[in-house]
Amino acid sequence: MAKIRREKKDSNGKYRKERLDRGIKARSDTIFALTSYREALYLVVPRAVTIIGLLILPLVLDIWWTKVMIMACVIAILALSWDFIASAGMLSLGQALFFGAGGYLAGVLNYYWGLSPLYTIPIATIAGATVCTLLFLPVLRLRGIYFAMVTFAMPLILVRIIEATRIWGGIEGLSALTPLPNLWVSAYLVIAAVFACLFGFRRLMDSDYGLVLRGMMDNDQAVMAGGINIYWYKAQTLFIGSAAGAFIGAFMTHYYRIVGTSAFSIDYSILPVACTVVGGPGNFAGAMFGAFILVPLCEYLRAIGSWRIVLYSFLMVIFVVAVPEGIFNYLERKYHQFEHWVKTG
Amino acid sequence: MKDDSFLKITGLSKSFGGVEALSNVSFDLKQGESLGIIGPNGSGKTTLVNLITGFVKPDSGKVFFRGKEITGKRPYTIANLGIARTFQMAKAFHHLPAFKNIIIPLRSPRVKTFRGAQYGERDDIAIDLLEEVGFERDSAVPLKTAKSLPHGYLKRLELARCMALRADVIILDELFSGMSMSEVASTLPIIEKLKEEGKTVVMIEHRLRELFRVVNCLIVLNFGQKIAEGSPAEVMGSEAVKAAYLGSEE
Repeated sequence: MAKIRREKKDSNGKYRKERLDRGIKARSDTIFALTSYREALYLVVPRAVTIIGLLILPLVLDIWWTKVMIMACVIAILALSWDFIASAGMLSLGQALFFGAGGYLAGVLNYYWGLSPLYTIPIATIAGATVCTLLFLPVLRLRGIYFAMVTFAMPLILVRIIEATRIWGGIEGLSALTPLPNLWVSAYLVIAAVFACLFGFRRLMDSDYGLVLRGMMDNDQAVMAGGINIYWYKAQTLFIGSAAGAFIGAFMTHYYRIVGTSAFSIDYSILPVACTVVGGPGNFAGAMFGAFILVPLCEYLRAIGSWRIVLYSFLMVIFVVAVPEGIFNYLERKYHQFEHWVKTG
Repeated sequence: MKDDSFLKITGLSKSFGGVEALSNVSFDLKQGESLGIIGPNGSGKTTLVNLITGFVKPDSGKVFFRGKEITGKRPYTIANLGIARTFQMAKAFHHLPAFKNIIIPLRSPRVKTFRGAQYGERDDIAIDLLEEVGFERDSAVPLKTAKSLPHGYLKRLELARCMALRADVIILDELFSGMSMSEVASTLPIIEKLKEEGKTVVMIEHRLRELFRVVNCLIVLNFGQKIAEGSPAEVMGSEAVKAAYLGSEE
């Protein structure tokens, strides 16, 4: 059990430091034996703090910080979607495609047909995900960096097409769209979406279905040797992941009341990846945690003017170098361990 | 085309760039027979397996299974038809516990067609299978992460994956390489049992003594060519085989 030992001496004798894992008996990853309320709390508290904390935030923050929180939720959902697609072994640098597809579909439905957000958001979610999945179908065979490069280029191509053909308002985009009722509705809608993605994806990855996705990340060929059509599973993964991205794109269209080519901007592709790397990939909580660090930090640094980006980038490098496993993964590991001194002589 | 042969290969060839990995190899296998494939390193044994199981597409030649052509079909399609393989370099899902590795083939369309395999106790089936290939249940070996297991276990995990698919043809690509003597001794009866159950076993193997206990016919490859075919005794007496392994006297 003890992993790392350090030693110290004082007048009473020698000590060494012993690090132990927490005493919940784990039969495997998914089977625990809870023997007391304390142990139950030990598992429940971190989850409860996240849920209750986020639900309270809009009540205690002022309007400006509530907007920052909404932005953090938006990036969190894109990061969760990225992490989900990455858990199936696909490295996407094209989250902006999902975001923009959802955004434009909602904008077009609202601008030309006057549909209310009640309809545009669900339709844009499903239709956006379908479009994105179809666009990626030809490149599902590519792996690693090659897949990443194609996904990176896809939103940039769409921007050029919109600019060249001047459809959907061209460069100016579509404006004066129907707003969401008020800030409360917006705030709690994104919070609900973040929870749905976070806990939904986690549940999915723990199921036998998620097992196939995790297998694809480890080894495509062994999954195929197991008689599983990996391209069908990859397409499903992309659909689920891009549905999350398209939903939040559609949401932002109505939240900003405008949709333009900036919906396909590189920020929406890169920032989710940065959040996941800073927070820690692989367990979704890290991706969300990263978004709730980076987005508020970026806004907070606005006060220092043009040095903002320099300091922001510098901090990001520090995060990645100092805690390469991700801040959330580090905290989780520490939470499951405790240290104490043992007398040795 | 109707054919009574079970697994039949005609004139299979494959080149990688300028290197001819396999040229014009044919064989014909009846159900329940077992075939050994031997040959020096680089003679095209693994390429042959890759061509049969669809991981690599042949340049020319055809593969028939149960009288139907399966040339160039996708690996998962072929696996679902009932041809399972192991990999020479064990390809486990390293982040998953060993028994979860077996859940993946248990989710395949093929397995779902068997009675009682559609729902329920996949975990139990997986752990039973692993116990069958020698994962000690009492010391919780099936629950360990694959990356923490020794090489011999990973090779047997490959075998368990083929058994999970309930394949009719099981192709073992150097299953015994990297296994200890005792592991080989305990794995051999499993393969013999599969044979008794009527499975068709194709074995690529360098350990000839163990190979000859299982197979009743043998083909020898050298530089992508089939240089001998027949019963193990016939083949090992052939001059061409001796020349390939030991070098000819000229």
